[in-house]
Amino acid sequence: MKTTPFHELHIAAEAKMGEFANFNMPLFYSLGVMKEHLHTREQAGLFDISHMVHVQISGAEASKFISRVCPYDASSQTVGQARYSYFLNETAGIIDDLIVTRLADDRFLIVANAGCAEKDIAHIKNHAAEFNVIVDILPRAFLALQGPKAEDVLAQHFSVSHMAFLDAVEPEDGWLVSRSGYTGEDGFEIAMPPEKAIAFANALLSDERVEWIGLGARDSLRLEAGLPLYGQDLDENTSPHEAGLLWAIPKELREGGGFVGADALAQKIVVGRTRMRIGLVPDGRPVRGGTDLKNTNGETIGTVTSGGFGPSLGGPMALALVEVAAADASIFADVRGKLIPMERTKTPFVPHSYKR
Amino acid sequence: MTKIYFTDEHEWLKVDGDVATVGITNHAQEQLGDLVFVDLPDIGTTLEQGDDGVVVESVKAASDVYAPASGEVTEVNEALSADASIVNANAEGDGWLYKMKLSDPTQLEELLDIDGYKSLIS
Repeated sequence: MKTTPFHELHIAAEAKMGEFANFNMPLFYSLGVMKEHLHTREQAGLFDISHMVHVQISGAEASKFISRVCPYDASSQTVGQARYSYFLNETAGIIDDLIVTRLADDRFLIVANAGCAEKDIAHIKNHAAEFNVIVDILPRAFLALQGPKAEDVLAQHFSVSHMAFLDAVEPEDGWLVSRSGYTGEDGFEIAMPPEKAIAFANALLSDERVEWIGLGARDSLRLEAGLPLYGQDLDENTSPHEAGLLWAIPKELREGGGFVGADALAQKIVVGRTRMRIGLVPDGRPVRGGTDLKNTNGETIGTVTSGGFGPSLGGPMALALVEVAAADASIFADVRGKLIPMERTKTPFVPHSYKR
Repeated sequence: MTKIYFTDEHEWLKVDGDVATVGITNHAQEQLGDLVFVDLPDIGTTLEQGDDGVVVESVKAASDVYAPASGEVTEVNEALSADASIVNANAEGDGWLYKMKLSDPTQLEELLDIDGYKSLIS
């Protein structure tokens, strides 16, 4: 199992550690998931996200390459802007979801999920062979600082107050600061050379508003924010249309484009989706991912893809993939034979507070 | 006279006559983290030793609590329906889960005493 550059700090903070995507990661610290979650919404939470993969694409055809593997026109992406996208396979299933940042005219950074590292890199290298680009997998330590006090805290180290949501800068060689995250809060993600990791994390932690936050609260925060998690809410058999992620593809490219999976996606949009992702509020108790959903006749009409308890919401919540025809009728979760009523609701469960 | 037993699945039983009060250990609640919901059995349910009688839900995950012995559920801790965090605050006291009438007290002989349990988690 791999460790991150911050490992010794997690041990010193008495984190409960566990395996995630072949990394030994902090699940929660002495505060516990509930308080870590609430601290992030009220102050500033510090997350070790060094398990994520950083792939730099550079060269004369960098934007052409990105426009091939991602469903958007990277040549029109502004330098210093990050955006949400994904890799599609030839049948328009999602290989992984990503953040792609344009760092220069001829240089992009792809930040991808740790659990998809191997297949993402294979996919990139497979298509990169057709383009004049250089692919570099960057060894980076990576932190997220999230919450209403994140700007104040980070402003002591970098000039960030002028940045809006999805703005990105490279303040020093080997560093990247972007105003982004996975909690629904305002906040930043900061990549740095591994040898700088410990000193920088300690500098952030010396601010009393900052607490380490583990993967447990990262999950409850992202679920409250209605953000899908690859491997649970998204997979290679789920299309962006079903997942409710077409917003990330420019309208003119949805009917056809030059990206991998374009033809299959265009056809899926014409035919229409049979399943869709929705938000549900379970009656009284958490309902976990993998639980079957039923209609009033007891027929299975879908499944919960992510479910848990929202500390800020003050109750349970779930994301589900259900048959479109059943989405507006009564839905029940089958929890060991007990039918739990599920109320369809808009996501996010807790409003976003991004700085626009 | 009451006697306390433990299981290697981190449950405790306090036995008084043929009635046992069942809960999870303090060590178990520390491992689970903040509990948000406890799915208690119905009174009158017959549990066999090893059945998943209770599900405790933390923010992140659901975990089964196995019946440490066979018997019939006679009482459940209704206070947990309103506040599951009582288990975190006092797992081996106010955070008890249910009481059961033991159908086979000889099963107790295979369980751990407090010293056995302490050495298990140390």
